Amino acid sequence: MRVTFTANGKPVEADDVWEGESLLYVLRERVGLPGSKNACEQGECGSCTVYLDGVPVCSCLVAAGQVQDREVRTVEGLTDENGELGLVQQAFIDAGAVQCGFCTPGLLVQTDALLESDAQPSDNDIREALSGNLCRCTGYEKIMDAVRLASARKCAGKAESE
Amino acid sequence: MSTRTIQGQKNLQNINQASKDGIGGSPLRPDGNLKVKGEFAYSSDMWHEDMLWGMALRSPHPRANILSVDISEALKVPGVYAVLTHEDIPGSKYYGLEIQDQPALAIDKVRYHGEAIALVAADHPETARRAVKKIKVEYEVLTPIVTEEQCLDPETHGYVHEPHEYKSHGYGNICHEQKLVSGLGVTDEVRALADVIVSGDYEVGMQDQAFLGPESGLAVPAEDGGIDLYIATQWLHVDRQQMAPVLDLPEEKVRLTLAGVGGAFGGREDLSMQIHACLLAQHTGKPVKIVYSRDESFFGHVHRHPAKMHYEHGATRDGKLVFADCRIVLDGGAYASASPAVVGNAASLGHGPYVIPNVKMHAIALYSNNPSCGAMRGFGAVQAAFGYETQMDRLAAALGMDPVELRQLNAMAEGDFMPTGQQIDSPAPVAELLQRVKDMPLPPPLDTEHLDVRQIPGALSNTSHGEGIVRGVGYSVGIKNVGFSEGFDDYSTARVRLEVIGGEPVAMVHTAMAEVGQGGVTVHAQIARTELGVEQVTIHPANTEVGSAGSTSASRQTYMTGGAVKLAAEAVKRALIEKGRRRYGWTHHDITLVGGKVVSESAGPLVSMVDLLGDEAIDLTREHHHRPTVPFDKETGQGFGHVQYTFCANRAVVDVDVELGLVKVVELTAVQDVGKALNPLSVVGQIQGGCTQALGLAVMEEIIVRDGKVRNASFTDYLIPTILDTPPIPVEILELPDPHAPYGLRGVGEAPTVSATPSIVAAIRNATGLALNRIPVRPEHLTTERPGEL
Repeated sequence: MRVTFTANGKPVEADDVWEGESLLYVLRERVGLPGSKNACEQGECGSCTVYLDGVPVCSCLVAAGQVQDREVRTVEGLTDENGELGLVQQAFIDAGAVQCGFCTPGLLVQTDALLESDAQPSDNDIREALSGNLCRCTGYEKIMDAVRLASARKCAGKAESE
Repeated sequence: MSTRTIQGQKNLQNINQASKDGIGGSPLRPDGNLKVKGEFAYSSDMWHEDMLWGMALRSPHPRANILSVDISEALKVPGVYAVLTHEDIPGSKYYGLEIQDQPALAIDKVRYHGEAIALVAADHPETARRAVKKIKVEYEVLTPIVTEEQCLDPETHGYVHEPHEYKSHGYGNICHEQKLVSGLGVTDEVRALADVIVSGDYEVGMQDQAFLGPESGLAVPAEDGGIDLYIATQWLHVDRQQMAPVLDLPEEKVRLTLAGVGGAFGGREDLSMQIHACLLAQHTGKPVKIVYSRDESFFGHVHRHPAKMHYEHGATRDGKLVFADCRIVLDGGAYASASPAVVGNAASLGHGPYVIPNVKMHAIALYSNNPSCGAMRGFGAVQAAFGYETQMDRLAAALGMDPVELRQLNAMAEGDFMPTGQQIDSPAPVAELLQRVKDMPLPPPLDTEHLDVRQIPGALSNTSHGEGIVRGVGYSVGIKNVGFSEGFDDYSTARVRLEVIGGEPVAMVHTAMAEVGQGGVTVHAQIARTELGVEQVTIHPANTEVGSAGSTSASRQTYMTGGAVKLAAEAVKRALIEKGRRRYGWTHHDITLVGGKVVSESAGPLVSMVDLLGDEAIDLTREHHHRPTVPFDKETGQGFGHVQYTFCANRAVVDVDVELGLVKVVELTAVQDVGKALNPLSVVGQIQGGCTQALGLAVMEEIIVRDGKVRNASFTDYLIPTILDTPPIPVEILELPDPHAPYGLRGVGEAPTVSATPSIVAAIRNATGLALNRIPVRPEHLTTERPGEL
């Protein structure tokens, strides 16, 4: 089948999609967006998290056909048009929250969603919001640091613009 | 080659770091930018036009004879290009890290659940999956040999490998063994010297590395008849060494390039899909990609050896250790993998960082029809630490002593001797690490007035509102060796090139080091900056065009390949200065490179590196060998077997819901001597990550195997710590230089994984009064076990 949808603001089209393919597979193997990661492909690890119509989902659990005419935003879409890193991306680098980096794309999208809904989450809020994203390298401490840093920068940015 | 594949090769190629940070600073990762943009090409991201997808048929039985394999129906599936069995292998049919006992595809029998029998290449992963299902295998199912008792009685229960096919030095179903005796050994006379004797039987479950990036890679057949493989591994050259004979190719025609690696932790030390993808690519003449699913990943790599251990310790009334006796049985599963090294570590490190005048030890690894076990972070030392640290707590209780004071009283220090007879000839601040971890402030008590359920056992499951929750505190310390031991010369190679690019001196570092996330690439650039006085450093992609870097394991890579980068950079520096002496006739003896200039410390700047280099590039390669070690004596275990030792101490604070058997680790503190922190940010990250894997082993992680069959091959059923399970991990670093090591550094990655698990279990015991002799500790242990003697 053919699937057409919007990925990071651009229309994309995938042909010869087998009905059983996931959104994750279509992104990675058919439309050149391999940033979303294939760690478990059963909705446990969060590495494939993308926005679907603005809501973070595990793209491995979404059938390709379900995204017809809908909007998908992936980790590649967190960078602006000029290639400048988004605030959450920069915070993850600065805090040392990236080691092997396989969990990073999912964590970035989930953190971005968290800070969109609550720019100043408590530590417990952060842990709850990210509890569906597994990381095997860092022990999460630097990830906590990164989210706190992104939150502080976001709040400072808001204060400045007000 | 498509652009995506080429992009994969360029992961690190063109990244210039403008930072001036040399060693001791914390410059940011050179690959961080690509990783947060989703553009870093991992092995599973590789792509090639016309590529096929490979998949393996795996055995549903842990032990069976294969009577027939019929591939005819699979070959008829439209879109299938090849179906291969062991009969299609052009070269040697066996491979292995240390002992070549594993068939690349099963031959006439299968020895573990999940063993690969046949391969399919097809145009779509689903086509491959369907074709795999159409391969008909006729099995004669046999009773698997899975318990220690069965393994040790082959006359009754059979052999995993028939004696005539033995390739290890073992016998019966024993793959490897190591004995050790020091002092007077442990005899009745020695026992009589002790006022107090404690003993216990301990068990460690099978842990999985559970790296997030599944085994994957892309094999591309080349015009010269060779093959190019883009792969996630821990050691490119040892992969090649095992692959070439099976593919019937000379090593130089098997070219490996490191693709992005999504974690490793020992699980990529053995081959997984490397040979399979190459066989399919050779056979079809097309590029072949293999990506394991998560369940296949659980069958596709070796795990941490489960262990059964018996310990007996004797001490005087005032707490001085008199003797220790130990037997460690490690289940190595069907194939040898790294079992010999794991046994060597368990035997030589199995009494912990303590001075014990009389010691006996017997460690063995079994062959069985359970999943193969091999390298995992802290291999051999992790299992033993749970045994000896539990013994220390038990001994302290028997003596009425403080458990930390008992450890400090017996702690080894520089100048002391290991039970192997090896003298510790660099700092070993075991007592100080314990003191520092004890002196760190404790977290506040659970605030039951303003309870946030997310902080208590059960957390978001809303299982409690603070009733039945008891706090406990536990301590532990551990010892690990750094580098490959027992006479192995695991040297590393580095190539450093210095030239002028765009009007600036630029250093390029080229090694075959597997960057698996640890940050070795960051450290290499730091070393080049420090030694060459340049700002711009480029990291060449890791491949087999340069000599071996050894494995990214055993906490060795910064020591070994970092050391090689240092040697090569020093050689480049000497060559550049020599060039200046020839040209300018300098006679100064204090010339160095700083800030892009050649500088005499007394006379000041002599010339800019740009002017001195001109159009010339200085390009030198050096090997770094650590000091030699020797194999342990088979009977006595004596010998200078290890390169370096590393120590970490932990304190765990836990809250236990004693009614429901749920545990929340509240805080896990670590103090570690790292010799010299080349990159403090990365060092802390390693320690925190290592502690968290230890937490997983303490309270949740285990591959459940019943009658040889794996029951939980998924992230739904094999649990690793989430961010809610993981507490704050305060880390304190000591930097006591090791005079034998580059920059005085000490390997970092494994010590916390060795030491942290026992502290958590000790804290749970402290809260509950239960004996808890098995890890991981499960809710049913906490609710059904009766309070035991501590």
